[in-house]
Amino acid sequence: MPTDVILWILGGLILISAVMSLALRNLIHCALFLMVCFLGLAGLYLHLNAVFSGLVQALVYVGAVGIILIFAILLTEGGGTETGSHLGSQWRTGIGLAVLLAFALLGAVSNSPQTTQAARHTEEPTVREIGLKLMTDYLLPLQTIGLLLTAAAIGAVVLAMQEPKPRKDETP
Amino acid sequence: MEPLKGLLSTLWKALTDQPDPKAPFLESIPEDYRSLASAVLSVAPILMVFPLLFALTTVLERKGLGRIQNRLGPNRVGPAGFLQFAADGLKTLTKEDVVPRAADRVVHFLAPIALVIPVLLTFAVLPFGRNLAPIDLDAGLLFFFAVSSATELAVFMAGWASRNKYSLLGALRAVAQMVSYEIPLVLAALSVVMITGTLSLSAIAAAQSPTPGSFLAPWYVFTPWGLMGFLLFMIAACAEANRSPFDLPEGESEIIAGYYLEYSGFKFALFFLGEYLGLFASSGLAITLFLGGWNAPFAFMQGWLPSWVWFFAKLATLIAVFIWIRGTLPRVRMDQLMGLAWKFMIPMTLLTLVAAGLWHRLPSAPLRWVACTALLAGAFLVLGRVLMPRTRHGRRVYRYAD
Repeated sequence: MPTDVILWILGGLILISAVMSLALRNLIHCALFLMVCFLGLAGLYLHLNAVFSGLVQALVYVGAVGIILIFAILLTEGGGTETGSHLGSQWRTGIGLAVLLAFALLGAVSNSPQTTQAARHTEEPTVREIGLKLMTDYLLPLQTIGLLLTAAAIGAVVLAMQEPKPRKDETP
Repeated sequence: MEPLKGLLSTLWKALTDQPDPKAPFLESIPEDYRSLASAVLSVAPILMVFPLLFALTTVLERKGLGRIQNRLGPNRVGPAGFLQFAADGLKTLTKEDVVPRAADRVVHFLAPIALVIPVLLTFAVLPFGRNLAPIDLDAGLLFFFAVSSATELAVFMAGWASRNKYSLLGALRAVAQMVSYEIPLVLAALSVVMITGTLSLSAIAAAQSPTPGSFLAPWYVFTPWGLMGFLLFMIAACAEANRSPFDLPEGESEIIAGYYLEYSGFKFALFFLGEYLGLFASSGLAITLFLGGWNAPFAFMQGWLPSWVWFFAKLATLIAVFIWIRGTLPRVRMDQLMGLAWKFMIPMTLLTLVAAGLWHRLPSAPLRWVACTALLAGAFLVLGRVLMPRTRHGRRVYRYAD
């Protein structure tokens, strides 16, 4: 019984914070609610015994992506409050698509063999097993991703480093 | 009566290093409440011990800094001034709570709470003694870093919600600093993970237990890569905790008090508490990773004292070192701070990882000692020479003091 209660609390937290992160006017508030949503998802993963996914969710999304998001907001718009209508010109189409997508997902989830079968108690992969898999079977993809990310980081630094060179005849 | 006896027995078992200390108390209470009681038994000691340690540390820090600066420090409340923290606590509790009119009230209110909660959560995975880890998580180290990464967000919330330019500047400084120093912090910790092959902090502490018959305990700080990793970890932890010499986010000569400038009363005390608890937590992690956790330094001392006494003795030593550093070193400049993180700390931590790998692979003891020491010392010298060109200093001349 407490399991269900925790699931409901987490689900409510995730849904409410997701809606708030879209509905609020102040961009910083939206970003903070998005972080609450990410934390709720991390809690959900932890509750489902997926320790690695849960902790990485908190580490990457709240610790890194959240900070990048906030810096991006501050550097572009200054976190000002937006005025004007919430709804764009195509909101009817958007709602239609969202409803269609929701039905498609519901159909997929309810028809999937995972839910129709009785809950199978498989052994959860431990962090150790995930690490061993990454270092043996998935070593090449891991290294490739690492190389790509390094290239991206170096590229970002090169882009940020380009300053207009002062001309030689100009005295400072 | 029965639960009280169980509680006393639990306390005795915890203090004397016996396995499964929670059992006597849990057996004495009804079945339905056991999981709740077990959680309370884990949480309550942390909530009692570490805030009290914080209170004592504030007094000791002020007295220590006073000694360093050739003055007395607090000496009026209680014996030799040691009850100063009670007076300070009462003062902060009764002070008026001022919120700026322009502030974002909700975020302003939530920021100190959002700082203290993750910091307290990090204590959940630290093994304080042989059988005293609140949660023995398989991925304890990952949990520590995942939870502590949320504090950056809290600092930003505080600085942004105050609607004060100094607060926002302080918050941005703090976030930039914490993001930069998190990388060397994690990389330095990784070298230990490479050697032990586990992320469980209890297992890492147990791996440094002295084997019977040996003299010195196999703490990782006694190896070349461990020593370098420990020093880099402590520098990064110092910067993560925004402590001097890395206290730019609250540099009072430039931005008054930084991100908690607009906080008064108990909210200010919460920031203070969070900062010190963060320092204790990262010191505790350094002790677990490099200084042998709850193990005694020499094999023959292993049974002399309960294991948690060793842990807290090491913690007290590290806190004393932090106070000493704060009294000794001047604050660094922003470009020096970032340069240290990106040009020195990250290359050195990466080389520490290489050295740990060498240590693991090389067969004979003298060879790996020489190879690891040469690698790290050479890198240190080269990096130091490149980053800090030698400047000639003349002899110091005292114009007026002679």
